[in-house]
Amino acid sequence: MAIALETKGLVKRFGGLQATDNVSFQLQQGARHALIGPNGAGKTTFINLLTGVIKPTAGQILLEGQDITGLRPELRVQRGLARTFQINQLFPAMTPLETIGLAVSERTGGGRDWWRVTGSKRDIIDDIVDIAQRFRLTDVLDERTSNLPYGKQRLLEIAVAFACRPRVLLLDEPAAGVPEAERHELLATVAALPRDVSVLLIEHDMDLVFSFADRISVLVNGALFTEGTVEEVSTDPRVRAVYLGESVDE
Amino acid sequence: MSTNIADHVRTSLVRKGRWGIGEILFWLIAAATLFLLPERHLILNEIAIIGLFALSLDLILGYAGIVSLGHAAFFGLGAYAAGILAKHGFADPLLGLLIAAIAAAILGFVTSFLVLRGSDLTKLMVTLGVALVLGEIANQASWLTGGADGLQGVSMGPVVGLFEFDIFGTTAYAYSLVVTFLLFIVARRIVVSPYGLSLRSIRDNPLRARAVGIPVNRRLVAVYTLSAAYAGVAGALLAQTTQFVSLDVLAFHRSADVMLVLVIGGVGYLYGGLIGAIIFKVLQDVISAWTPQYWQFWIGLILVIIVLAGRERLTERVRTLWKGVAGRTAKSPEPLPKTSVREI
Ligand SMILES: Nc1ncnc2c1ncn2[C@@H]1O[C@H](COP(=O)(O)OP(=O)(O)O)[C@@H](O)[C@H]1O
Ligand SMILES: [Mg+2]
Repeated sequence: MAIALETKGLVKRFGGLQATDNVSFQLQQGARHALIGPNGAGKTTFINLLTGVIKPTAGQILLEGQDITGLRPELRVQRGLARTFQINQLFPAMTPLETIGLAVSERTGGGRDWWRVTGSKRDIIDDIVDIAQRFRLTDVLDERTSNLPYGKQRLLEIAVAFACRPRVLLLDEPAAGVPEAERHELLATVAALPRDVSVLLIEHDMDLVFSFADRISVLVNGALFTEGTVEEVSTDPRVRAVYLGESVDE
Repeated sequence: MSTNIADHVRTSLVRKGRWGIGEILFWLIAAATLFLLPERHLILNEIAIIGLFALSLDLILGYAGIVSLGHAAFFGLGAYAAGILAKHGFADPLLGLLIAAIAAAILGFVTSFLVLRGSDLTKLMVTLGVALVLGEIANQASWLTGGADGLQGVSMGPVVGLFEFDIFGTTAYAYSLVVTFLLFIVARRIVVSPYGLSLRSIRDNPLRARAVGIPVNRRLVAVYTLSAAYAGVAGALLAQTTQFVSLDVLAFHRSADVMLVLVIGGVGYLYGGLIGAIIFKVLQDVISAWTPQYWQFWIGLILVIIVLAGRERLTERVRTLWKGVAGRTAKSPEPLPKTSVREI
């Protein structure tokens, strides 16, 4: 299988803190890959490095075999790498319709178009409708984003990333803070993402990770601790020890 | 149901591009003042010019979230460019506007790289600094600008070769109004385009804007340049219609006043600058007539009240009224049925 996204010896230091410690990681094409690890392990930092929000201290990032280590964030998106944020990063004064419309028109090169009215192109409309339905946002399309219930905001968070039609999608704790009752719906939409999108999921809920992922990587103190199939990782006593806080001899 | 939603999406997006009745009325009334208020053309001309200047500030402040305390730099450069051009025999007003716009755009483009890095405080200081520097250059280069005495001997040819400027300011007002209107149409078009939408997204959340693939800096440079060109045209209009340019066009109070005008009228809907200019000038007229030495006191007080009362809330109320007048809320599309859980 081809490799969608790869890092080689990735390092990030914040002063004396080694937030990413020599991480060499591979995401296979079409993978459902989970990245787990305790709070402060460096998961979000890893995503920030991959997407170019911050620059690595050392190491390399390859997207579909091409070096993107020094590439500006927006160019990575245009090459098919999109992400969501652990803490909502939405456009509070815009509607979900405008938000999705924005992402769709940017992807189709419309963002430089300053003369046509947004939404006057047929294929853009179809795309917006498709995404709104997939993420169950059709009933709130014209609300101000800041007025949406939290669960809908979380859905929009994923919808915007998906609207970039990424080939690699990085989800940073998509269900964080979502009440139990709405979790299932959110996860169903994540599970229903098209198979040709390679997904890296950061998540704390182990039930979810085990049902979603086919591979799991464990990050501890910035370094890759172990990696394997769901079986291997879930039965690894060392993982239980560091991650689940259980003692090894249990 | 899918086509139903598609229709909803299309109308919802495209509606923003349509002109409301309130807007059409606004411009009809503006045109009517040409005939109905002939003895007021001088002050109306000033209002149109300040309105255009404030509109240019709204493009960066209201739509892209860029604060500036030195917008007079572009206004002043445009004024001097047009004035100096006319003084040296290039008397055609439209040529002057074009050159002024280009000069201001170049300055805007170059300084954008200084302005766009850093926090709001940095932006305020850098814009302020650029305007101060320009003011001092104009002061020193008196061989070119006339320095503290002002630029004398500006004499304009007729507009489009037909309309001579007159002492009542009728040609001046008609000219400024038409130019402002045309530039307004362009701005209005831009803010509802995908490009305009991307500016709003940058204002709201630049981190996320980048994460959907928007080249944030490039977009901001573009709008800053455009805004500078608009301000340059406003300055040129002032120079041409008063046939005089003084250091005052670059003074700090110009930058402060235009900010005040925009705050009075409200940011982020394009009419704010125009409405603010009307209120500002009328207030100035009324208060100055009543108690000239206290003008600054009253405008200061009004500013404090507006800001404390919450611009947002006031604007929101005006907007609701506005929509009511324009009859647009009544036409809002039917609510859509909730999405059923879709089998994918
Ligand atoms: N911008 C930053 N500056 C300094 N330290 C940071 C920064 N971002 C993250 N860190 C630190 O790096 C470590 C990893 O953080 P993070 O990647 O957010 O962990 P996780 O997402 O796994 O919970 C934490 O100790 C955090 O305090
Ligand atoms: Mg995190």
